[in-house]
Formats: sequence, C-alpha cells, structure tokens
Amino acid sequence: MIRAHVGSSLAALAVLFAIAPALSGVVVRTKSAFAGRRGAPVGQLYRDLFKLLRKGTVYSTTTTWVFRAAPVVVLASLTAACLLLPLDGEASLVQFSGDLIAFAGLLALGRFALVLAGLDTGSSFEGMGASREVTVSSFAEPVLFLGFLGLVLATRGLTLSAMLGPALTGAWAHQTASLALVTLAFFVLLLAENSRVPVDDPATHLELTMIHEVIVLDHSGPDLAVILYASALKLALFAALIVEVTVPRDGLGLAWSLAAFVGGLLVVAVAVGVVESVMARLRLNRVPQLIVGAGALALFGLILLLR
Amino acid sequence: MWLLALCLLPAAAAVVTGAAPSPRVTRWRVGALVGTAGVHLALTAMLWRLPPQHALNGWLGDDALGTIVLTLTSVLFFATAVYTVGYLARATPRGGRVFVSGMLGFLAATTVVALSQHLAMLWVGLEATTFAVAPLIFHRHDRRSLEAVWKYLVLSSVGIALALLGIFFLASAQHGVPGDPLILGDLTAHARELQPAWLRAAFVFLLVGFGTKMGLAPMHTWKPDTYGEAPALVGALMAGALTSCAFLGVARITQVTTAAGLTAFVQPVLFAFGLLSLATAAAFVIGQGDLKRLLAYSSVEHMGLLVLGLGLGGVGTYGAVLHLVNNGLVKGWLFLVAGNVVLATGTSSAAGNRGLVRTLPVSGVLLVAGLFAVTGSPPFGLFLSEFTILRAAVDGGHLAIAVAMLVLLAIIFIGMAVLVMNVALGEPAPDVRPVRESAWLLVGPLALAGLVLLLGVYLPGPLQATLAHAAVALGGRVP
Amino acid sequence: MRTTAELLLLLVVLTDLAVLGTSRLRTCIRAVAAQGLLLGLLPLALASQVTVHIAGLAAGTVLVKAVVLPWFLLWAIREAAVRREVEPVVGFIASLLLGALALALAFAIAGRLPASDVREPLLIPAALATVMMGLIVLTTRRKALTQVVGYLMLENGIYLFGLTQTESVPFLLEVGVLLDIFAGVFIMGIVVFHINREFDSLDSARLSELKD
Repeated sequence: MIRAHVGSSLAALAVLFAIAPALSGVVVRTKSAFAGRRGAPVGQLYRDLFKLLRKGTVYSTTTTWVFRAAPVVVLASLTAACLLLPLDGEASLVQFSGDLIAFAGLLALGRFALVLAGLDTGSSFEGMGASREVTVSSFAEPVLFLGFLGLVLATRGLTLSAMLGPALTGAWAHQTASLALVTLAFFVLLLAENSRVPVDDPATHLELTMIHEVIVLDHSGPDLAVILYASALKLALFAALIVEVTVPRDGLGLAWSLAAFVGGLLVVAVAVGVVESVMARLRLNRVPQLIVGAGALALFGLILLLR
Repeated sequence: MWLLALCLLPAAAAVVTGAAPSPRVTRWRVGALVGTAGVHLALTAMLWRLPPQHALNGWLGDDALGTIVLTLTSVLFFATAVYTVGYLARATPRGGRVFVSGMLGFLAATTVVALSQHLAMLWVGLEATTFAVAPLIFHRHDRRSLEAVWKYLVLSSVGIALALLGIFFLASAQHGVPGDPLILGDLTAHARELQPAWLRAAFVFLLVGFGTKMGLAPMHTWKPDTYGEAPALVGALMAGALTSCAFLGVARITQVTTAAGLTAFVQPVLFAFGLLSLATAAAFVIGQGDLKRLLAYSSVEHMGLLVLGLGLGGVGTYGAVLHLVNNGLVKGWLFLVAGNVVLATGTSSAAGNRGLVRTLPVSGVLLVAGLFAVTGSPPFGLFLSEFTILRAAVDGGHLAIAVAMLVLLAIIFIGMAVLVMNVALGEPAPDVRPVRESAWLLVGPLALAGLVLLLGVYLPGPLQATLAHAAVALGGRVP
Repeated sequence: MRTTAELLLLLVVLTDLAVLGTSRLRTCIRAVAAQGLLLGLLPLALASQVTVHIAGLAAGTVLVKAVVLPWFLLWAIREAAVRREVEPVVGFIASLLLGALALALAFAIAGRLPASDVREPLLIPAALATVMMGLIVLTTRRKALTQVVGYLMLENGIYLFGLTQTESVPFLLEVGVLLDIFAGVFIMGIVVFHINREFDSLDSARLSELKD
C-alpha cells in the first residue's frame, strides 16, 4: 500500500539519490586524510558520471542482451529497494507485510544481473570475480536475515517501516545490547556487500584482490555510469539502513529529520573510511570467517532477545 | 590434631626435599621418603584405635570410608617407598629432585582427599594430585613420556574442571537448605531438602569429573599411555591410591543422592559407566602387548566393578568397599613386580620378555600369582569382593548385569592370562641369565601379596566393622 | 543493559566468540586476557557492598588471569615461534557455528534450571556458554597452546558459575581454585615448552606414538 503523505518520504528519497555519489567521495576523502594526502574532491564521482554519460558505449561481440540489460536491472532493483526503506524515519513509500524478504530479494536480483553480465562476457577474469561475489553474498544473505529477525523480535513488526520506525526507539531502551550487536552485524554486511576492505579492496585492480571491480570491467560509457552510480547507491542504501537502526528520528520536523539523516549517512561514510584505512584486506578464504563471525554476533543478539 | 599432622607432615617433607639445593636424588632424600611414609603409616594405625576425630571446624574427619582409603593409601605408599630405595639405586630419573618431593606431595594430597568432609576441599586435594604426579610421569623427558604426560594433563584437568562445576551445582542445590555448605554430614542429613534438578546435574558432572581421575570408560583414554610410560612405582601409586581417592569422591556424591532418594536416577548411570568400563577393558586386553598397559586396562576393569557395586546397592556396596581395598593392594603388588621386570630387562613389552620364572624367579612367580589375584580367583581377596558384587546383582534382579559381568570377567582373564603366561613361562633368551633380585625390590610386592592372600581367607574384626560402617553409610547393607 | 554486570557478561561472551573465530594465536591469548580482566571486575559489579575479601579476590583474579597467565602463554609462543593456528579439526566457520549453537543451548538449559540466583539472570547462561565454548576450543584445535587457551576458557566459565555461590564457597576456596588454575597452566606451559623442543612443533597431531 502506498502511504498517504508522501511528501517527507519523497524528500528523503530524493536526498538519498542525490547524495549517494558524495558518500563514496567522503569515504575516499577519509582514506586520503589517513594517508596524509588531500585526495580527490568529494564531488569527484559526479564529474566522473557526467563524463561517462557523454561517452559512447563499446559492446564486446561475445556479449548478448543480458549484458546490455544488466545496468538497467541493477539500478531499477536498487531503486525499488530504496522505496521499501522508511527513509524519513516513519514509513516508507511502499510497505507490505514481509517486505523485508522483498528487500533482500531485490538486492539479490541486482547482484544476479551484475554477475550474469560478468559471465556473459565470456572472460575468465570476470567469471572468477563472479564466483567470488556470489560466495561472499551466499554467506552475507543469512546474516542479513538474522539481523532483520532481530529487528522483528525487538519491535514486533513485520514490515520494514514498523521494524525501523518509531517502535525501534522504544526497543533500544530495553534491548540495547541486542540492537548494538545487530548494528555491528549490519556494518560488517555493509563492508561485505559493497566490497570494502577487509572483504575487498575497491582501490586496486589486481587479479588477487578484486571481487566487485572485476565484474564490471567490460562496461563502458553510460552503462558504466549507471553501474558506478548503482554501487554508490548501494553503499548509501546500507548506510541508510544503519542510520535507520541507530538514529531515532520520529517526532522531528522535516528539515531536522533530513539533516539528521544526512548527518548519519556522513558518519557512516567516515566510519567506513576509517575501517578501510586501519585494516588490511583479508585473505579470500578468511572472508567467510568474518561474515560468519558477524552472523554469530547477530545470533547472540537474537538469543538475548529471545530469553 | 592427628588429622592435621597426617596432612601436614608429608606436605612439609615434600617442601623440604624439593627446596634443598642438591638436584640429584640423594640418600637423605630417600631416607626422608621412607621415614615420612613410616610415620604416616604409624599415625594412620593410631587412628584405628582412637575415637572419630575432627579438625578444621569439621572440614576434616575420619569417617569409615575415609579411614579405609587412608589406610590403603598409607600401606601402599609405605610399600612403594621401600621399593623406591631399591629402584633409585638402579635407575636415575632425569627429574631427580622433583621425584621424591612429587611423591611426598602426592601423599599429602591423597591424605587430604581421604580425610576431607568438605567436598570442595576434597576437590582441591584431587586436583593437587594431578600436579604432584605429572612430573613423575615425565621422568624420562623423552617423546613418549612427553606425549603421555600431555594427554594426562589435558584430560585430567578437563575432568577435574567439570568436577568443580559439579561442586558448584551441588552448592546451588544446597541453597536455602540448613547446614554448612558442602559439608558431607549436613548434605546427607538434609538431603531430602536439596533441589533435585541441581542435585542431578551435580551428580552427573561429579561422576564424569571424578570418573576421569578414576579412569572409567569412556574417560579412561589417558590411562594406558600414562601407566605405560610412567615408572612402575608411580603406576602402583596411581592405580592403587589415586583411583581409590577418586572413587571416594564418587562414593561421597552417591551417598548424598541415595540419602536424597534419587537412586532411580543414579542407578542406571552407574550401571552404564560400570558395564562400559568392563567392556572396554575386555576389548583392549585381548592382544595387548605390553605389561603395564595391560595393567592399566585391568585398572579400568576394576573401576567398572567398583562403580557397578556402588550402583547395585544392598550387598553390592559392601562388596565395592571391600573390592576397593583388595584392588588397591593387588595393583600395587602387580605394578611393583612389573617394575622389577623393567629394571631387569629394560622393557615391559611381551616381545622383550620371556621365561621370567627362570630369569627372575621371585618376581616371575609373583607375576603369575598376581594374574590369578587380579582376575578374581580364590583364595585371593578379590574373589570374595567380586562374588559379593555378583550376588548383589542376582539379589537385586539384575540378571543381565550378572551375566554380562561373568562373561566380561572371563574374557579379561583369558586376555590377561595369554600375555602373562607368554611373559612368565617359556624359554628365556639364551644370553639372559637369572638375576639376583634385591631385597628392597621384593619386600614391597611380597608384603602386598601376603595382605591380599590374607584378606581372601580372613577379614580382621576391626576391618570388617569399618567396612560394614562404610557400606551402611553408602546406603547398602552387610552380607 | 540494565547493570554493569550484564555489560561485563555480554563482553565475556563476545571474547568467547573472538577466541573461536580467530586463527591468530596472539589474538586468542589477548582475548582470554581480556576475559580474565572482565572476570576480575565482575565480583565488584555483583556485590552489594565491596568488602576487603571481594576486592582481594578481584585483584587476585585480574593478576592471575589477565596478567600472569597470558604473559606466560605469550612467552611460550615466542619460544615456540608459532604465529597462526592451522585449520582446526572442524574448521573455523564450523567452530563459530558450534559456538553459536553452544550459546543457544546454554540459554535454553539455563532457562530450565531453577534459578538460584536472581541478582543477575545472565550469569548462569554466560557461565555455561563459556564452559561449552572452552570445551569446543579444547577439543577441536590442533596446536597445544590453543588447547591450553581452551582450558583457560573452561576454567573461566566455571569461575563465572562459582560467582553465583559466593556465600557457600568461601574466600579460601576461591583462592585455592585460583592457585590450582595457575599451577595447572604453569605446568602445561612447561610441558608445551618441552613438546616444542622435542617435536619442533606444537601440532598435537604429532603426539600420536602411543596407541593400542
């Protein structure tokens, strides 16, 4: 069902869409600060996107319509997922009972399209990246569900709006430890799904270290712009999820709510930058260990909620 | 006062022998060992004549079962101490200084266990025995003894840690019940008021924990390695005294559960462990190639019998207590004889020994006699105790257990006989000549053998009275 | 989080999971040291008033479990020049899952036991969970040093349980238990040292000569 008052939700959605590339810039800027450099300006990704949109596209002769459709599917599924989150802190634009499964499914759809496009090129390089990406996600998705289950138990709501809405503020007072653990699990998920250190290093383009980067190697021009924007949006989406869980925004006016939202997103972006700067990338066979560790933490939070 | 003296004297001796400068096993150290053992034995004998004693505000006390275990330990230790004089004249363990003080520390710890009326103090004593014995097992500082001591340490520590958890469960069960916490007398007096859920959990954990120290299957896996690699006299102390002390722990908690009316819960558990131990011993005794490992499995068998007797109740409890004494003495006897074999030929394996009756006449005969004793043949004492346990099984209607017992004991007899006869009879290797055995090395085993023989034909009055008291306290009756 | 004690207990469980999930020996030992520190602070958090006895017990626990024993184990690592743990018998991921299962089991069992201590309802589940996870580490790891760490965790869990019984188990016995643990780990450490010297490795799979 679509909410009656769509104003604040649309505003928050617009803010998220607009600010997504900036968040990636903030991450890069934080890492540069740690390294003692000035680094690229925060709006660099916007310039890259405009530049790419004006370029032409080159399609490999081995690819099919799957490759051409992938960027569109990725962006569309991500946008749909954004519609499900209550970005203004109260209710989302679209909500129905069990929409958390739809959320996970939409993310999976985007990932699926991307991986298929990578396989479609017929290059073994991208095939390797595809298999790694799917491995990481097959560990990450149960953890996502565990986190959601924790939220469901804490707030007794079955829609994302109920789970992340005003009821959560009350739940924090009683179940602080469990929700803290769930937040931690979500943060590790953010690192895993967005291919950040310690799961993957987005800055290098070496065969050893790539997971996400390698799948999108063959895209060019506007397609690449869409893909880059989609990955920035995915980072923003997960950051928004964390902000939803941690920052109580019910009862604030529209302006304050949006300000808190943006502030929270920036804090998460800086946190990602800090983590990327202080940790080293894990060996690939240790990555499932990290994610299962996050899952164990989420499970612990769940157990605390159940007793 | 007597009780404190019994505990502190060996402890002080251990400290003195350990702290003195010279790192080798000097004469005065061995003298201190034998002297302390002798005084300990004398003090224990005094206890039999004195009325029941108490010390440390009721934490120490010599009740019937405790006195029995204490006397058994003291006698065994004295025999072993005398044996050590001859042993150390021929073999120099690498951990010289630690050897004697370790043995004395062991005596102190087992005394504490035997005299303890406070269950947590019993635990502390039993844990202390693990540490006292570890350096003794490791005496050769080579790969095999290293492996043995590592397995022993890990398994014993885990077992004793689980026993500690059991003690805490017991304290939880006693919450809100009148009486001093964890004192045996108060526990049994108010047993019906104890929390049953906690008490059941406590029983299981204490059985598993103390059972690990006893060497009950399936927690027995450290036994063959440890008894096989440690010097034989250490094996005698462990198999005779340490297992008895660990059994004392099991008996104490069974005393409490019986008084609380949990026999229906406790009995199947004890049966299970007892039969499993018998079966494991039977399985591994067949085809065994090493004398000391064989004795380890025999020890597992007898621990199973003890636990079975305890579980059967009635006359079985009396049988179990009698068996405790007999088993301790017989194990001491056999291990010391095995020690003689090792000293003479350098190995305890069947491959390296033949025709011992010819080369080591006294030890060889003692070995063969010991075989019959340990498998329960008349006229030795074990026959009586095993028969009493069997009778309890039949009386209680547990015919399946009685039949299983008989079958498994028969299998064990055959398995052990094969190895012992191989080693004792037959033609010795041509270059081996009869060895003149030192008196020091023979006195101990001969005395212990004599005691076992005596107990098979005649039970002295005071001993019978004390055994009866112990059996009744455990919830059984006298035949 | 209602009380300091609850926070401390949650952190204890987190250190358990840390030991289960990490493959680096130093991290394991540091996690157990942190656990020892938390355990030392717990009597102070649980007591309604702090007596000399409780303060002494806390100080002693912190000294032994958080300082001396970890320092000793780190010395053993340096001597043996080991860094990482080889893949354990069940694998790290399976270990973590087993740990989570143990956690769930601990809470389930604690729910069924009649609560003798309502001061801190998280105490018994945390104790049982630490015991079980200590056993998991002890049985599934190959390196002798990690097995000692597992033993330490087991003892920590039992100590936690003992905190519910401060009236029944007097101060003297807590000291006795502490000394026992100290002696135990000390002796184990010495044996580990010898194992390293003899076998040039701490892999306990090499200790397999004695068998029937």
